[in-house]
Amino acid sequence: MKKNDTIIKIDSVSKAFDGVTVLDEVSLDIKRGEFVTLLGPSGCGKTTLLRLIAGFALPDSGSIYMEGEDITHVPPYQRPLNTVFQRYALFPHLDVYDNVAFGLRLQKMPKDEIDKKVRKVLKMVSMTGYEDRDVESLSGGQQQRVAIARAIVNQPKVLLLDEPLAALDLKMRKDMQIELKEMHQKLGITFIYVTHDQEEALTLSDTIVVVNEGRIQQIGTPADIYNEPQNPFVADFIGESNILNATMIEDGKVNFIGHDFECVDKGFGNDVPVDVVVRPEDIYIMNNLDAAQFTGKVKSCVFKGVHYEMFVDTADGYEVMVQDYNAFEPGSEVGLIIKPQDIQVMKKPFTSNIFEGTMLAEDKVEIFGGEFACKPQEGIAVGDKVEVEVAFNKVDLVDNAEDGVLEGFVSFILYKGNHYHLTVTVDNGAYIYVDTQDIWDKSDWVGVNIAPKDIQIRSLSASAAEVKTQGKDE
Amino acid sequence: MKKFLAQSYIWLLLIILYAPILIIAIFSFTEAKVLGNWTGFSTRLYENLFSGGVQNSLLTAIQNTLSIAIIASLVSTLLGSVAAIGIHNLKGRTRRAITFLNDVPMLNPDIITGISLFLLFVALGVTQGYVTVVLAHISFCTPYVVLSVMPKLKQMDQNTYEAALDLGATPFQALRKVIIPQIRPGMISGMILAFTLSIDDFAVTLFTKGNQGLETLSTYIYADARKGGLTPELRPLMTIIFLVVLVLLLVINLRTHKSQNKK
Repeated sequence: MKKNDTIIKIDSVSKAFDGVTVLDEVSLDIKRGEFVTLLGPSGCGKTTLLRLIAGFALPDSGSIYMEGEDITHVPPYQRPLNTVFQRYALFPHLDVYDNVAFGLRLQKMPKDEIDKKVRKVLKMVSMTGYEDRDVESLSGGQQQRVAIARAIVNQPKVLLLDEPLAALDLKMRKDMQIELKEMHQKLGITFIYVTHDQEEALTLSDTIVVVNEGRIQQIGTPADIYNEPQNPFVADFIGESNILNATMIEDGKVNFIGHDFECVDKGFGNDVPVDVVVRPEDIYIMNNLDAAQFTGKVKSCVFKGVHYEMFVDTADGYEVMVQDYNAFEPGSEVGLIIKPQDIQVMKKPFTSNIFEGTMLAEDKVEIFGGEFACKPQEGIAVGDKVEVEVAFNKVDLVDNAEDGVLEGFVSFILYKGNHYHLTVTVDNGAYIYVDTQDIWDKSDWVGVNIAPKDIQIRSLSASAAEVKTQGKDE
Repeated sequence: MKKFLAQSYIWLLLIILYAPILIIAIFSFTEAKVLGNWTGFSTRLYENLFSGGVQNSLLTAIQNTLSIAIIASLVSTLLGSVAAIGIHNLKGRTRRAITFLNDVPMLNPDIITGISLFLLFVALGVTQGYVTVVLAHISFCTPYVVLSVMPKLKQMDQNTYEAALDLGATPFQALRKVIIPQIRPGMISGMILAFTLSIDDFAVTLFTKGNQGLETLSTYIYADARKGGLTPELRPLMTIIFLVVLVLLLVINLRTHKSQNKK
């Protein structure tokens, strides 16, 4: 790719609101003419990123370039891009025509030229005949069309769309998706589209940028993102998936759910803990038990329109989700096969919790403001910074938050076939990862306890470098 | 029976409310010097009022009242609207604190506002007269404008300002073409409120008008009544003011009714 193909370059941009980091060193290149989607759950920072590109907010650090020029501090009205807002933000005191003509009139364009452009763009969004209508008398879908017309009539180099279809009903949304895609091809301008709807992202985009917790998780084509998710978050967020703990035995061989499987992934090393993703439609299910790699018993079977969705308990105590065009009765014994190319192996971000703490007494350590009892430590002075390691499955969560040393909420849940992997966000925004058999719901307010024997403490002076990498992909 | 009682109640209320004004209006069509005497129908008092048959000082007072009210309502509308936009963009505690500070002067009794302004002008060594009255009126009218503009700002889609910037409007153009049209009803009702408050005011004017002989309608009538009986021409004047206010109110109500029907 040639260098001047990049129209917008975002260079390690960070943004915090009231001390809470919303974007953390985000870098992203957007190519001219692309349909790029910023995809992520609500509160992940995607809208903030869009607002920074539009110029409605300034980054705390980092720069934004457009066609090689630094536009970080250029006010929004001087940026050659336009925005379609989530709630349309039409001007209620103007009719449809005047709303669309707003930008052109500011450019002091001759009247007849404005007229020609406005009529042409209204025709494009199928709103001819509505020129004199009061915008508030229009339906949601019609208002959305006017909002799109108002933005594209100015012929921006980049069109920003902030969840433009979120307020429409399903049928209307599907129709508008097709129209947006056609519009993008016809206009040839760059679209930057924000959504939390993974299906919408897969349908529309040339490139999907998955964002979570203020960081870019993965950038790729819809097929890449779907077939080769790079971490459990992406796998879980896009489509249905089985995400399982595994051990990479050697190149091309991985062990999970108690069996060795051939795979195509290499370069992880030998006997390394990893995560694997297997899409439910990639597990072959059959009545023949002899030819199977592993066997199980169907627990449930639900018709989903095109396919059946089944949960199968394997002989080794794991649960996997399988989708197939044929139904298998609950209770029946089935054989299952997973092909090498359908196993996606991902590096584990961490294999245990590593915190920074402070020794308060010989047998007391402070972590994120909470006082934990620990085994008596020798050779570490009171007040010293230490590195604290706690295995995922040694963290206890309690219902009554006040009974915990720390309080927090469950911010992410991953089912791993035979246990849940939870992310608990505690008061100051730090994460604690927990493996548990218990069922918790997202946003549950919980207390966190750790037994003294499960707290491993190391003097920080020896391992300062390692602690720094905590929280980031190595 | 029940219906009859309910209806008589509302009529009784209306009579109590409007009787004093009606009496003034009725007795503006007779020549008697003392209010309450009927000496036959006549439009003489109206003729006097318009043909200069009254003292010059009354006409000057009317002029002063109107010009003070116009200046005060215009300036306080400008100041109040700008302040409301500023307060609207503040966050959390600061916003609540400023809103509270804006509410206090409205609850403050007029007499206290008057005396404190008087003391302020004396302390600053300002000669009191027309200018100090105008300043005083602006200061007590502005909070009311803020109060009537704030709800319109809250109703406004907050993204419309950003949408205007996005379409190439400078912040000032966005203010003029997008924000002001949307808060205009609030600004107009604030201005009318300020205008009537200014015309109506007595206590604050009395303390800030100084001793250079400046009189507004309210202070003129007060002084006139103390000299011994009201000048008869005040009766037609009050009737006219009442009618003007009535027409103004009808126009405003019709306008809001119309714009609601449109939607």
